[in-house]
Amino acid sequence: MKHATEEELIAYRDGEKRGRKAIAAHLKECPECARQLEQIEALLSALNALPVPETGEDYGEQVWRQIAPRLPEKKASWWEGLFLPRRMVTFATVTALILLAFFVGRVSKSPVPGEGMADVYKVRERVLVVAVGEHLGRSEMILMELANAQPEPGQKLMNMSSVQKRAEDLVEENRLYRQTASRDGDTAMANTLEELERVLLDIANSPDEVTPAQFESLQKRIESKGILFKVRVVNQDLREREKAKKPLPDHEKTEVKERNKA
Amino acid sequence: MREDIDTVDGGAISDAAAVQRTLAGDREAYRVLVERHSRSVFRMAYRMTGNSPDAEEVVQEAFLRAYQKLENFAGEANFGTWVYRIAANYAIDRLRQQNTEKVRRQMPGNPGDDGLEVDPLSTAPDPAPSPERLAGSAQLAARMKEALETLTPAERTAVVMRHWEGCAIEEIATVLKSNSNATKNTVFRAVGKLRKALEPFAGTGRAARAMGTES
Repeated sequence: MKHATEEELIAYRDGEKRGRKAIAAHLKECPECARQLEQIEALLSALNALPVPETGEDYGEQVWRQIAPRLPEKKASWWEGLFLPRRMVTFATVTALILLAFFVGRVSKSPVPGEGMADVYKVRERVLVVAVGEHLGRSEMILMELANAQPEPGQKLMNMSSVQKRAEDLVEENRLYRQTASRDGDTAMANTLEELERVLLDIANSPDEVTPAQFESLQKRIESKGILFKVRVVNQDLREREKAKKPLPDHEKTEVKERNKA
Repeated sequence: MREDIDTVDGGAISDAAAVQRTLAGDREAYRVLVERHSRSVFRMAYRMTGNSPDAEEVVQEAFLRAYQKLENFAGEANFGTWVYRIAANYAIDRLRQQNTEKVRRQMPGNPGDDGLEVDPLSTAPDPAPSPERLAGSAQLAARMKEALETLTPAERTAVVMRHWEGCAIEEIATVLKSNSNATKNTVFRAVGKLRKALEPFAGTGRAARAMGTES
């Protein structure tokens, strides 16, 4: 066989299958071609070793900050987002709760005529108060965990996957409660839920693993919004509303009647 | 099973799920994609453009274009490969534009930006330096950079995608808007030019030793 061409040797080095056996056999017998192949290998290895400036762990964040203001809003149909796998489950759960709030009230019979509608609203509100209270409780736990977490001495990366997943689930619930609060005209609640949603999104979209510096920056972002305090205040308010709406147990009712008589 | 669809690596949202959410109007989901792929796109962009400011511009433009065209993505490849291809396309357009501009400035009688005549000798690549000057990895890296700059945009794209990033010939052909055979020839031509430019290092394994990469 005559000498292999440069093209054939480059293709051979790249793993080209056509004519491979013939070239391999020739290379065993021809020191000149073997030397040529070695030179090609050396050149490409040297090419691979050319340095590229280190961009730093937070390069992705920097790029995001640069481009985010230039991204136009994508307007999706309201139903489009609901058919994402995780959302379907959360949407079903929360919708069931909201529907329950209506239907429990509708089928319950009022002992006093004319009080039917008032009871419907009371029951509906109570179901919602309990559900939103639980949602806020879970959000509060995540915020507390993040606020109190500290990296171990010498720890280079902190795993965020568990907290991310929980925050992701809460984002979906939060969105539906916020929309309900907004429809019901509960502006204060809707505003707090909106702020909470932004923080939960920030957590859900943080990298899978973060450096202690990135984690500290996330903690600061959460702290600066004072969201933990706001969630606590709203949750406390809900608990009081729930307590105020709870009917008294029978023995307490009797005691109250006795006191009234007296 | 839901986790398999929605998440990867024990919790991080998958690229496919992030694309779906972005399309559903959740702009923050796009952030996940930007943060995940920026560094690898930068590495490729730097190798193609040869400098950080241009590489950074390629990265930003690639993610902006990918966002605008996200509806067309349709999951035919993974998002990383797709944005990578957009970046390569933009980088090659940019290199071609810069080359045209350079040629225009170098045309006889065409003044440069500073209003002075461009001396063709001042822009020609350095003659082959002596082996002593090239001894050492820093010199080799500098010489390699110079050699890469003598390649045409298509040759540079081909060699970067093929030998740095390990892309398939068909993928490179898509970016170059060419066919597989022509793309292979572009790769051969590029490697041949680099070999010629780096002849002083052509001794057995010398280039690799100088760069500390010999196995």
